Amino acid sequence: MAKGIWVFAEQLGGQIKKVSFELLSEGRKVADTLGEELCAVLVGKDVAGLAASLGEYGADKVYVAENAALENYTTDGYTNVVADLVKQYEPSALLLGCTVTGRDLAAQVAQRLETGLLTDCIGMEVADGQIVFTRPLYAGKVIVKASVPDARPVMATIRPNTFPVASNAKAAEVVTVDANVGEVRAAVKEVIRVASERPELTEADAIVSGGRGMKGPENFKVLEELADTIGAAVGASRAAVDAGWIAQSFQVGQTGKTVSPILYVACGISGAIQHLAGMSSAKCIVAINKDEEANIFKVADYGIVADLFDAVPALKEEIKKVIA
Amino acid sequence: MKILVCLKQTFDTEAKVVLDGNGKIDRKGVSMIVNPYDEFAVEEALKIVEKDGGSVTVISVGDAGAQDALRQALAMGADDAVLVDVGDTELDEYSTATILAKAISGMEYDLILGGFRAIDDGSAQVCGRVAEILNIPVVNVITKLEVAGGKATATREIEGGNEVVEVALPAVFTAQKGLNEPRYPSMKGIMKAKKKPLAKKSLADLGLDAIAPKVKAISFSLPEARQAGKVLQGEVADTTAELAKLLREEAKVI
Ligand SMILES: Cc1cc2nc3c(=O)[nH]c(=O)nc-3n(C[C@H](O)[C@H](O)[C@H](O)COP(=O)(O)OP(=O)(O)OC[C@H]3O[C@@H](n4cnc5c(N)ncnc54)[C@H](O)[C@@H]3O)c2cc1C
Ligand SMILES: Nc1ncnc2c1ncn2[C@@H]1O[C@H](COP(=O)(O)O)[C@@H](O)[C@H]1O
Repeated sequence: MAKGIWVFAEQLGGQIKKVSFELLSEGRKVADTLGEELCAVLVGKDVAGLAASLGEYGADKVYVAENAALENYTTDGYTNVVADLVKQYEPSALLLGCTVTGRDLAAQVAQRLETGLLTDCIGMEVADGQIVFTRPLYAGKVIVKASVPDARPVMATIRPNTFPVASNAKAAEVVTVDANVGEVRAAVKEVIRVASERPELTEADAIVSGGRGMKGPENFKVLEELADTIGAAVGASRAAVDAGWIAQSFQVGQTGKTVSPILYVACGISGAIQHLAGMSSAKCIVAINKDEEANIFKVADYGIVADLFDAVPALKEEIKKVIA
Repeated sequence: MKILVCLKQTFDTEAKVVLDGNGKIDRKGVSMIVNPYDEFAVEEALKIVEKDGGSVTVISVGDAGAQDALRQALAMGADDAVLVDVGDTELDEYSTATILAKAISGMEYDLILGGFRAIDDGSAQVCGRVAEILNIPVVNVITKLEVAGGKATATREIEGGNEVVEVALPAVFTAQKGLNEPRYPSMKGIMKAKKKPLAKKSLADLGLDAIAPKVKAISFSLPEARQAGKVLQGEVADTTAELAKLLREEAKVI
C-alpha cells in the first residue's frame, strides 16, 4: 500500500527554495493526520549538505539523489530520477512548489506514473482519508476543491507563500539513493541568470509594481528604491511590459506571474481584471493612483489618491521613519 | 515541416463566472476565445512554415463550440484542423492528454506546439503529458524558437532568467508570452478559413472508450469579493505618513 507524504525539495545554486520549507511545514500536519511519514526528495549535484535543513522543517527522512549530470535542472534528467524513486518507494502523495521547475517536473512525473496532478493549489486538508486540495480556476474567479481518489501518488503543486514555515526540528534520516539520470534529450546549452539582489517575484513577501502610470522605463528607479526599503520584489502590469519598459518576466496577471505576497503595492496601475487575476490573493493591497475612480481602489486595503511621482518617494521616506 | 498545434478554447478573460443550480461552472452565454498562449503557438507555427515550407494542423479536444476557435486559427493561416468532439464529457489533464496523444499518434509531425498553460484551469500540464505519452521531449515556457536541420534551439524562461536548450525533432514546445505577436486574421483569411478542412472525430473514431479522469472535483465556490479599504486623500506629506503608520501598526505588513 502506498505510504508517505513526499515533498520535492527544490534547490537552486545550493539553496533550498522557501516554498519547499512551506510544503514540509504544512505536509507535517497532513502526515500526522494520516499517520504517515514525511519525506523530502533532494535532487542535484553536491546537495547532500542541504539534507539537514529539511529535517528542521519536519522531514522524517530525506532521499538524496546526487549526480554531476543533475547540476542544472533538465526535464528528462529530473523526471527520470524522481519517477524512479516514486516507483520504488510508492509514496501516497508527492507535493511540489508551483515554480517554473516544479510545474515542469510535476507534469512529466504525473504522466509517467499515470496519476492526477492538481496545479497551483492554495489549500490542502485531509477529509475521509484523502488529501483534498483547493485551487483557483479561471484566474481566481472560481475556487474548486478536488482530490485524486484512486491513483497514487496524488500529486499537487502549491503556490509559494500559501503556507507559513514552521520549525519542527527533527534529525531527519538521510537515505542516499542511486540517481539514474538516463538520456537527457533536451540539452541545456546556456543559462542566463540576471543577477538580482531582490527576491524572486513569485516568492517575495512584498512586491512593488508599476503600470502605465510609470510613463517610461527610467522611472522604475523610483519603484526600485521603495522596493529596496522594504525588501520587496519589483513587478509590472502588462501595459508597462508591452511598452517595453520592463521585461516580460516581471509581468503580474493572467498572462504573467501569479503572486501571493503579504504586501502588494500597485503604482499607476488601473486594476484591470487580468491584472487582479495575478495578485488578488495578496494579503494586503496598497494602491497609489491619481484617479480616485480607478478600479484598483475597489480591491485595495489602503489607497492614496496622488501622483505617484510625489507619493512613492514620500512613502519611501515615511516607511524608513516607521521601521527605523 | 509538419507542425501540429494543440489549441484549447477558453472563457474570455473578461468573462464573469457563475455557478449553476448544481453548483457547477455555468458555461451558458459565456463568450469564448482561443487560449491566449495557444495564439502564440499558432503564430510561431505559421512563421516557421512561411520560412521553411510545410503545413500547420490545429487540433482541439472539446465540444462542438470549439470549432470557432479552430476556425480562428485557420483564418490566421493554419492549413487544416481536427476537432475531437467529446461533447460535455468531463475531462482532466490526464484524459485530455490521452485523447490528444491518441489523435496525434495517427498523424505525421515534426514539431508540436501548444500554450504553456490554459488560462481557465491554469494547469500547465497537457502538452507535457502529451510529450510523455508520445515519448518525445518537451521544452516548456519558450520565448524563442529556431528550427534547422532536424534540430530546434529554444530559449525558455527559468527562474531569474533564461536558458537555451537544444533538442532533436520531433519535440513538443509550449509557448510563453514574448515568443511573438500573434497576427489578426484578415478578412480574406476569414473567408478562406470557411473552406479549409476541419475534421470532426469522436472518441470511437480514435478507437478510444470513455477515459476516466484521475482528478475528481468535489465542490466549486466563488471567492469572497475583496472589500474596498481606506482611501486617503489630501496632501501627499500627510497621506504617505498616515499610510506608513497604518502598514506598520494596523496591517503589520512592514
Ligand atoms: C488576454 C489578455 C490578457 C491580459 N493579461 C494581463 C496580465 O497578465 N497582466 C496585466 O497587468 N494586464 C493584462 N492584460 C491587460 C489588461 O487588460 C490592462 O490593459 C492592463 O492591466 C493595464 O495596465 P495598467 O493598469 O498599467 O494601465 P492603465 O489601465 O492604462 O492604467 C494606468 C493607471 O495609471 C494611473 N496613472 C497615470 N499616471 C499616473 C501618475 N502620475 N500617478 C499615479 N497614477 C497614475 C491612471 O490613473 C491609470 O489608472 C491582459 C489583457 C488581455 C486581453
Ligand atoms: N482540450 C484541449 N485541446 C487541445 N489542446 C489542449 C487542450 N487542453 C490543453 N491543451 C493544450 O495544452 C496547453 C496547456 O493546457 P493546460 O495543461 O490545461 O494548462 C494549452 O495551452 C493547449 O496548447
